[in-house]
Amino acid sequence: MIELSGVEKHFQGQVVVHPLSLTIKEGEFLTLLGPSGCGKTTILRMIAGFEQPTKGKILLDGADLTSLPPNRRDLNLVFQHYALFPHMTVEDNIAFGLKMKKMPAKEQRERVHEAVTMTQLTPLVKRYPHQLSGGQQQRVAIARAIANKPKVLLLDEPLGALDLQLRKNLQSELKHLQRSLGITFVYVTHDQEEAMMLSDRIVIMNSGKVEQIGTPREIYATPTTLFSATFVGENNIFSQDGRLFAVRPEKLKAVRNQDGAKRMGEVLDVLYLGSIHKLIVQLDDEPMTVSIVFDFTDDRPWEVGEKIGVNWNTEDEVVIGS
Amino acid sequence: MKRKNHPLLGIHSLLVMIFIYVPIAFIIAYSFNSSRLAADWSGFTFEWYASLFTNRHVMEALGNTMTVALVSTVVSTLLGTLAALTIRKVGRKTKAGVGGLLYLPIIIPDIIMGLSLLVLFTQFHMPLGKMTIIIAHITFCVSYVYVIVTTRLTGMGGQLEEAAQDLGADAWQTFRHVTLPQIMPGIISGALIAFTMSLDDFMVSFFVSGPSSTTLPIYIYGQVKRGISPEINALCTILILVSVTLIFLAQFMLNRGKGQKKQSVLPF
Repeated sequence: MIELSGVEKHFQGQVVVHPLSLTIKEGEFLTLLGPSGCGKTTILRMIAGFEQPTKGKILLDGADLTSLPPNRRDLNLVFQHYALFPHMTVEDNIAFGLKMKKMPAKEQRERVHEAVTMTQLTPLVKRYPHQLSGGQQQRVAIARAIANKPKVLLLDEPLGALDLQLRKNLQSELKHLQRSLGITFVYVTHDQEEAMMLSDRIVIMNSGKVEQIGTPREIYATPTTLFSATFVGENNIFSQDGRLFAVRPEKLKAVRNQDGAKRMGEVLDVLYLGSIHKLIVQLDDEPMTVSIVFDFTDDRPWEVGEKIGVNWNTEDEVVIGS
Repeated sequence: MKRKNHPLLGIHSLLVMIFIYVPIAFIIAYSFNSSRLAADWSGFTFEWYASLFTNRHVMEALGNTMTVALVSTVVSTLLGTLAALTIRKVGRKTKAGVGGLLYLPIIIPDIIMGLSLLVLFTQFHMPLGKMTIIIAHITFCVSYVYVIVTTRLTGMGGQLEEAAQDLGADAWQTFRHVTLPQIMPGIISGALIAFTMSLDDFMVSFFVSGPSSTTLPIYIYGQVKRGISPEINALCTILILVSVTLIFLAQFMLNRGKGQKKQSVLPF
């Protein structure tokens, strides 16, 4: 569907995006995940046409897009701060793209109606953006983009400015919308939980480089680099005989009998997180703490200061690049 | 928590206000004085306002002022807006340089502006008259329009235009449907300020006006040399009223955009 081949971007001599080749499949929900400044938004803006790659090509359905201006690319971008036109009603905002393409008025009305129904904006069509809440504005931004029936929808941290509860609701709405539309979504976020929940595949980025590409399950279970092991979910990194490996907190076991335990340590903190317990343990021989997650099967509570053994199964070790 | 200000601060502010507004209040008050002499108050009258409109010289000066103000407003609004739109697209250094130069006429003393324009017109053997006043007014009005429209453009940011392009609008459609409606309040506000500046400019006009092109401020100056008449007070009162109204209107226009940050046209 979209193919990036050897795309790289330099700003004033600095490499912002290192050479990147990536194929995004039709109907896929692909997320670019990384901390701010990692180049994910730049990639999105290159696909949209607002930035020109320094090197490389971007193809959509096999056709080279690289030199086309944004208005002639068959894809739409949902901006982080929505960028709704303040002087137009919700309806006019949504119809904007159709008007620019000089679509017949009757068809325009149908498309707007469709987009409005899908985003549950029907009672708000006559309002102006400043009369809407943040979540409603976000819906208008999405409706405005999907009314054009683009081949690909690009979303730049679309939920970044919303509060947690609203974000959770809109996440599931987005996922639902993507399934029913069948459009390819390219999504940018720094929120790893959001990425895990929504994506078919995740591209983890750090300082302009791709760290790992994989399904949420692959990324969580078998991270290949130190960065992806620690950026997505909590992880404990051990080093032994010159190799690094990671063990997830839920794979670690705390044992009272220290014989045969792989590591010894002292309980620094006991955290109750509702459905789970968490122990923070200071290891004896290494200057690091590990977290251990377990459920409430143990009847004797762990105490701060207690000496314990830390154990795990060898098959739960995930070797990451040295 | 309520903060209590020092009592002297209130008195001080009051004195400042009196210092600024008492002279203006005097002019307004005496424009209604039925006595010809400024020294005593002998009753309320609209007489001087009525006599203004039958005074041929006043009407002629008013005509000149209006012609000059209208023409220089239209031209400077066009030029200033175009300048703001163009300079936005250039590099940061060029922007600082050219933008600074465009801002300069606001800071340069009027007397320098007037004198330099007079020298220029003489060099080109241009007869002094309405035309030279119009050109002179355009030179400083462009700056005001440029500054105000630029403020509005900066407030708008680049994202709306990017959104328009993303939705398939070409350069002209983006300008016509997004940029122009967004900066229109700024353009109107700039035009109103330009009109006001032209309306009450004395210094620059004084240097570049000719025998047949007396504007209201120049006429008032000429009259005052022969003593302050109540008609002049009335004329000044009208000018004050018009200027203040236009400035407030400009301020209102600039803030009319929906969901925009509050902006001010009165930083100078």
